[in-house]
Amino acid sequence: MLKALLDIGFLIASVGLIFGLKRQSDPATARSGNMLAAYSMIAGIIMALVYPLDVEGSLDPVGFGYILVSLAIGTFIGIRSANKVEMTGMPQLVSLFNGLGGLSAVLVGYVELLNLNKDAESYYSQAGSTIFALVVGAIAFSGSLLAYLKLDGKLKDSQVAVKGHQYINYALLAITLVMIAVVVMSGANNVMVSILLVISLIYGWSFVAPIGGADMPVVISLLNSFTGLTAAAAGLIYGNQFMLLGGILVGASGTILTVLMCNAMNRSLWNVIAGNFAGSGSSAAAGGPQGSVREASAADTGVMMYYAQKVVIVPGYGLAVAQAQQYVKQIYQILSDNDVKVVFGIHPVAGRMPGHMNVLLAEVDIPYDALLDLEEANEELATSDVALIIGANDVVNPSAVEDQGSSIYGMPVLEVWKSKNVVVMKRSMASGYAGIENPLFFKPNTQMLFGDAKKTLADLVSELKNL
Amino acid sequence: MIEFIQENLIMVYLLVFTVVLGFELISKVPTVLHTPLMSGANAISGIVVIGAIFLLRTNDSGDTVKMLIGSAAIILATINIAGGFAVTNRMLSMFNKKKKD
Repeated sequence: MLKALLDIGFLIASVGLIFGLKRQSDPATARSGNMLAAYSMIAGIIMALVYPLDVEGSLDPVGFGYILVSLAIGTFIGIRSANKVEMTGMPQLVSLFNGLGGLSAVLVGYVELLNLNKDAESYYSQAGSTIFALVVGAIAFSGSLLAYLKLDGKLKDSQVAVKGHQYINYALLAITLVMIAVVVMSGANNVMVSILLVISLIYGWSFVAPIGGADMPVVISLLNSFTGLTAAAAGLIYGNQFMLLGGILVGASGTILTVLMCNAMNRSLWNVIAGNFAGSGSSAAAGGPQGSVREASAADTGVMMYYAQKVVIVPGYGLAVAQAQQYVKQIYQILSDNDVKVVFGIHPVAGRMPGHMNVLLAEVDIPYDALLDLEEANEELATSDVALIIGANDVVNPSAVEDQGSSIYGMPVLEVWKSKNVVVMKRSMASGYAGIENPLFFKPNTQMLFGDAKKTLADLVSELKNL
Repeated sequence: MIEFIQENLIMVYLLVFTVVLGFELISKVPTVLHTPLMSGANAISGIVVIGAIFLLRTNDSGDTVKMLIGSAAIILATINIAGGFAVTNRMLSMFNKKKKD
C-alpha cells in the first residue's frame, strides 16, 4: 500500500520537475519554476528515504544515520557556497557543482558494479547502466573540473592541450570502449573497474583540454547533459522512474541548450569540441596589424557620449572581471538624465555563459528593456552616435563579416563599426580569447581607450559628472 | 538489441517521450534565461542522490567502506542540488526585482 502511494508520489514529483522546467523558460515565471523543481526534488528525496525496498536491513537505523548526516552536510555546503559566490564567478560554480554531481554518479556506479552478480539473469542490462553511470559520470567530473580551472584562469589552454590533441582523444576513447568490454566480460572485479575509472577520468580531462577557454559555456552545458544521463542510468539501476525522467530531462535540455549556444556562435558542436579555434588562430593572426590606431582620452569619450543622441554600450567579459558594473550603471543614469538614449547590445555569448551579462547588469538595476539582443542591437547600432565597447573583442570583430579567410567568418557579431563613433575600452592591443586580430581597432571611426576597465570607467563617470 | 526493446517497450516509450519533452521545453527559451536555466537544470542532475540513498539503504551497514563511499555520493549530489537551486534562485531574483520597477 505504501509502495503504491509512493509510486504515485514519484509520478507527481516527476510532473513537478517538468512544469518547473517549463516555467523556467519564461522570465515572468522562472523563479517559481525553479522553486517548484526544488520542492519536487525535496519530495523525491523524502520518498526515497521511506520507499519500501525488498532488501533485508533497508530500514536499518545506522544506515539512516549516514544518510541524514550526509544530506545535512551537502545542503549546508551547497547553500553556503551559492550564497557566497560573486555573480561573476557563477559559471565556475555551476561547472564545479556539475562535476560534483558527476562524481556522485561515479561513486554510486562503482559500488553497484562491485555488487553485481555475473550469473544473474539481468547481468548485462544492469552492468550496462552501471558502467554507463561510472564512465560518463567520470568524464563529466574531470571535464567539469578542467572547465572550472580554465574559467577561473588557473590553467591556460596552451598548458593542457598539445598539437593533434584530437588523435589522443580518439585513442583514449578507443581504450575506454575496450576497457568497458573487458569489465563486462570479466564480471567487474575491483582491479578492472578501477582501471576503467581512471581511464574515464583521463578521457574527460583530455576531452575538454583542446577546447578554447571561450567555449567553456558550451562545454559546461554539454557536460551538464552528460551528468543528467548518468542520473538516468542510475535510475535504471534502481528501477526508479523519477530519476530516469529527471535525468533524461536534463540530458535533453542540456543538449538543446548546447546546440543553441553553438548556433549563437554560428559553429557546429563538432567544431567546438575539436577546438578548431585554437588551431587556426595562428594563420589568421599572421595577417599582421593593418595600420595605425587612434587613442582617445576619458574626457573626449565623456563629451562625445554626453552630447550624443543615442549610445550603444557593448559589455564583454572584461567588464565582468573588472567588477565595474556599478560604474556602467552610473554612466547609464547620467546619460539617461541628459536625454541620451542608452541601450546595451548583448551578444549571446558575452560573458562566460549565455545570459551571464544580463544577470550581471540586472544585478546593478539596469532596466530589463535596455538590454537588447543581437538583432535589436544591430538595428540600433546602424543609427547610433557612439558605440562604447567595454572589454569585448571577438564579438565585435568585423572579420566575421568581411574576411572570408578568418576562422570566425560567419559568426554573428555586433556590427559596432556602423555607429558614427566607436570607442573601444581595452587593457592593451592584445587579441581576444579566440586569438584573432581585430581590424575594428584600425577603422577610421574607431578610437581606443586604453587602461584598466574599472579605473577608466571611474574616470569616465567623473568626467560625465563635471559636464 | 531488438529483443531488449521489445521486452522493455514501455520504458523505451518513456525514454523517447521524455527526450522530446526536454527538447520542446527548452527550445523556445530567450537568451537571457540560458544561464539560470543551465544552472537550474544542473541542480536537477543531482537527482542521482535518490540512487545514492537507495545504495546506502540496500547495503550492509557493517560494510564501512561502502557506507562511506555512499555517504560521499549523497554529500556531493546534495551540494549539487542545494547549491544549484539556491544559486539559480539568486540569479532569478535579480530579474524579478526589475519587473516591479
